[in-house]
Amino acid sequence: MILSVEELEFLYRNRKILHKVAFSIEEGEIVAILGPNGVGKTTLLKCLNKILRPKGGAVHLDGNNLFNLGTMEIARLVGYVPQRVETGRLTAFDAVLLGRRPHIKWDVTEKDLQIVDSIFKLLSMEKLRLAYIDEMSGGELQKVAIARSLVQEPKVLLLDEPTSSLDMKNQVEILAIIRQIVLEHRIAAIMTMHDLNQALRYADRFIFLKGGKVHACGGAEVITPEVIEEVYGLPVIIGEIAGMRCVVPGSPEVALAHNP
Amino acid sequence: MHFAKGAVPEDYLVYIRRKYFWIMGGILFLFIMLIYSISVGAVTIPPYEVLQTITGHSVSTKWNLIIWNIRLPQALAAIVAGAGLSVAGVAMQSILRNPIASPFTLGISNAGAFGAAVSVVVLGTGKVQSTVANAVIINNPYLTTIVALFFCLLATGVILLISSIRGASPEVMVLAGVALSSIFTAGTAFLQYFADDTQLAAVVFWTFGDVGRVNWLELKIMAGVVLLSIIYFVANCWNYNAIDAGDETAKGLGVNVERIRLTGMVIAAFVSAVLVAFLGVIGFVGLVCPHMVRRVIGDDQRFLIPGSALFGGILLLASDTVARLIISPYVLPVSILTAFMGAPVFIYLLLKGYKR
Repeated sequence: MILSVEELEFLYRNRKILHKVAFSIEEGEIVAILGPNGVGKTTLLKCLNKILRPKGGAVHLDGNNLFNLGTMEIARLVGYVPQRVETGRLTAFDAVLLGRRPHIKWDVTEKDLQIVDSIFKLLSMEKLRLAYIDEMSGGELQKVAIARSLVQEPKVLLLDEPTSSLDMKNQVEILAIIRQIVLEHRIAAIMTMHDLNQALRYADRFIFLKGGKVHACGGAEVITPEVIEEVYGLPVIIGEIAGMRCVVPGSPEVALAHNP
Repeated sequence: MHFAKGAVPEDYLVYIRRKYFWIMGGILFLFIMLIYSISVGAVTIPPYEVLQTITGHSVSTKWNLIIWNIRLPQALAAIVAGAGLSVAGVAMQSILRNPIASPFTLGISNAGAFGAAVSVVVLGTGKVQSTVANAVIINNPYLTTIVALFFCLLATGVILLISSIRGASPEVMVLAGVALSSIFTAGTAFLQYFADDTQLAAVVFWTFGDVGRVNWLELKIMAGVVLLSIIYFVANCWNYNAIDAGDETAKGLGVNVERIRLTGMVIAAFVSAVLVAFLGVIGFVGLVCPHMVRRVIGDDQRFLIPGSALFGGILLLASDTVARLIISPYVLPVSILTAFMGAPVFIYLLLKGYKR
């Protein structure tokens, strides 16, 4: 077990956002955090690396309680990719180099540059090295953000809707990269997601949040029409296309009505 | 997780080296500019003799007097003030996440002007003497400076108080600054309305920022404050890069965003306050210099911070040299010239876009 979350509580202006959230994740695993807008997915993610301070509970990483560590120490263990990144007149290489911040003491070393370079190779984006990030497309920018979190050399990667602003091809590409890195480097990734089908394809385990609590948690077996309707308040049909499970909104009667 | 298979890419090193060349070139240019600025004026002193005099080899007593008492302190004051205002500007633009932030966004210059007005009108330090225009005389320049500094710091304190109550968010700081500016502007207008002719002239004259006012002691104080602030901001360049990437990214990288923002604010405001109190209001440099540098060497704070300091010094020294020469034997206060000099260059850079 690499990361375990125990009894996490978060209050915002005395309103309970997260209530006794608990789960754990193994190395080489991707966990998808699912649930409707405003349920606290992003809040949960931000509590895991102390961007937000939880009211109670603990997050253990390899046996250490993260909440007892300093912010720089946490940043050396946990990488974070927010939903929105700002751009500027900066090359992709420099933007990714920023991810070494938790390791930089006074100035960048040769090792920092080598690590950044190897990430560019790993994500096959050598050509983008000296491209300015304020001229990049959404997909390229997202790759830069992910690369930045990877050069932190984290054990756990937190991604807040990593594919929300991307087209279909970029979505698949980004998620495949994350999948590959998580497996090869034996790290863990936790991502918030909206697309249940993407989650089904790339995540190993699923956490459904409802009313600030974990409503359901487990492998692909927890994704059932009942659970989804309880969480999202929307009837769905789960079928199979080419051996892959797919979730489509609608009830069997509606589906019949539209396909006479 | 370990990645060590990479090499240091050559094209990146070339790219970085080019930025160092810009900085080095800037330092060289500033030095040449300094010698030139000292050499020209009502009495022309050849550059070589200037060099000899400032390295301690006296050439003529008359020239010694001109250089050590008048031109050198004035030129150095221009460099120090330009560097300080520009570095305060670049820091504030990053801290407040606002391209039009500058030392004056927070009402600091208005507070300084109000302080000077209080000193002149209420405390009766009256008459200003200008060494350049021989128009009016301030019979107690120190009191005026101290009162101006007091109000600059008061404005800074109020902003910090407001932002500590409401959380140090950029929007709160900017809006609080705008509100404070209005209060101090109104206050100054109120005092001016009841001032007599001489007092009014003194207040207006004070607000024309002029680097010719300082003596060596004041210069040393300003230089010390500016130098320390530059060191602080350069040492924190990675934190500012992180904040530029977005607060959440910065926090994810372990940067204590609120603390960096507040400390940076205090330091930038303090530098501006000291400069305004000693020199009067010098606009434009703090706002536009950082943007000029951005156009040339980009937004990477590792180069942007020292580059802005350097270029701020160059711009103000150049402006001051022109201000001394343009309608010679009359000497203009530098604040009138900075915008005339800088704005056309800035507009040109805006139109041209970024340097590739």
